[in-house]
Amino acid sequence: MKEASPAKAYALHLGVIALLFALSFVLPEYHHGLLARIMVLAVFAMGYNMLFGYVGLLSLGHAMFFSAGLYGAGLAVIHLGWSVPAAFAAGLACGALLALVIGLLALRTSGVAFMIVTMMFAQVFYLIILYFAAWTGGDQGLVVPQSARVLVLGDTSLGLTNPTVRYMSALVLFSIVLLVALVIVRSRYGRVLVAIRENEERTKMLGYDTFSNKLAAVVVSGTICAASGAAYALLFGYVGSTFASVQYSILPLLWVLLGGAATTLGPLIGTLFMYYVVDITSGYTSAYLLIVGIALILLVLFFPRGILGTVRQRWLGWLP
Amino acid sequence: MMPLLTTKGLSRNFGGLRAVDGVEFALMPGEIRAVIGPNGAGKTTFVSLVSGRIRPSSGMIVFDGADITSLPAYARVRLGIAYTFQITSVFANLTAYDNVALPVQRTLTGGRSKGAVHAGVMAALERTGLADRAHMPAGQLSYGHQRLLEVAMGLALKPRLLILDEPTQGLADSEIDNFIGLVREIATSATVLLIEHNMPVVMQLADRITVFNAGKILAEGTPEQVRANAEVQDAYLGTAP
Repeated sequence: MKEASPAKAYALHLGVIALLFALSFVLPEYHHGLLARIMVLAVFAMGYNMLFGYVGLLSLGHAMFFSAGLYGAGLAVIHLGWSVPAAFAAGLACGALLALVIGLLALRTSGVAFMIVTMMFAQVFYLIILYFAAWTGGDQGLVVPQSARVLVLGDTSLGLTNPTVRYMSALVLFSIVLLVALVIVRSRYGRVLVAIRENEERTKMLGYDTFSNKLAAVVVSGTICAASGAAYALLFGYVGSTFASVQYSILPLLWVLLGGAATTLGPLIGTLFMYYVVDITSGYTSAYLLIVGIALILLVLFFPRGILGTVRQRWLGWLP
Repeated sequence: MMPLLTTKGLSRNFGGLRAVDGVEFALMPGEIRAVIGPNGAGKTTFVSLVSGRIRPSSGMIVFDGADITSLPAYARVRLGIAYTFQITSVFANLTAYDNVALPVQRTLTGGRSKGAVHAGVMAALERTGLADRAHMPAGQLSYGHQRLLEVAMGLALKPRLLILDEPTQGLADSEIDNFIGLVREIATSATVLLIEHNMPVVMQLADRITVFNAGKILAEGTPEQVRANAEVQDAYLGTAP
């Protein structure tokens, strides 16, 4: 929100994107695949951060927006035989529409009530997926056939199962969402969102219709999360109800808290950190969740604003 | 001349308490009106009803000829009713610049460029003498400066009616003198409704004074008339035994 150094902020973000691009050529196969997955899920975290970090609305139901994209894209391919871009667009549309409806209802509440209402809607969404098992595959989920996961661009067709194509597709999505988030946060609209987080009553008295602004934020957040879900279905080929469970509503909250709420790069760092802590510790012991728990407690004790949030507070005030 | 603001039978109950009780009030354009009265007289409730922060139990509010009784607060702000809070309510974690940018960016009508926002923000900050503190977080400003920032935010809304709720509370005497000059300057372009406990400030600024007591208007008139009013003296000092 600082006026100073827009160039610095853009340079940093482009640098991160360039680094991720370069990593594609040096990472060993296993980490290459893992990072592709992390980038897609970091998009989920960025969508969550848009609402939680900037507007201060804590939702416990974002799994429904992720899975709206996941199922919207996945089912369009499996049942309707849609192409990859059309299916991706279907996923986005499902997420945006769901977010609009949920936003209209849930924003009548705030605080704890908002958490509970969003969580209940997400549970309803989860149960609907299980109920219509004939189409959704129920708790088994569905596999998106490899033959359908081909992106046709003019004369060339790119198989999304190819690791490099998959990595680059994830990177493109990640980069677009990161830059969109940066632009939103630095815009006048971003300033209004932060004002609502800081003091909604005061923001109203400056002539802002805070309900409409919050509703727009829910739709933006839900659409970004749906983009992540749609990409997940198309890149990794699995559509499952686990992604609609409450666990996947809490994970983005955890990633954002770890990386730093209301920072643009925090969601990536949080997701990356969490994945690698689990990955490394599970190599040594089956009690890895204990170590993950201890790591989380230490982080909260020493970095209460998350990794990037603390860095911004102590050293780099210009971080967006 | 038509009044800028009129209330008809305006009332608000809190449980059994009639905080504002059938108030008939009219405010002419361009005037500086002070609202005074003992604690609990209903002054803040009255201006909260006018600004739309709370809903009336009954009665009607007319602004510039239009009934605004059912309009939400943000829509009234857009019509030109700005309210500055009694308890300083700036965005403590945002810079002074961002605090003022919020009202400026919303009221811009012509050019919507970055430069226009910047010019508007700096103009409001300069008018209140805060320009050199633009990039300080508002929460780190001194109390007096936070009050001025509050006024700068009100000014940036380009209001037709500016409601100041105890603006000099907690200010040092030297700051109060500056403040009086500022309000006079604001009054050249807007109507000012001022709740104030500091009598010297009221007597210097107000064209007319409205005295509230127990939710009702007790008296109204020029400073001299109000000062001479026996009922007002009773309300403030108690009746002689």
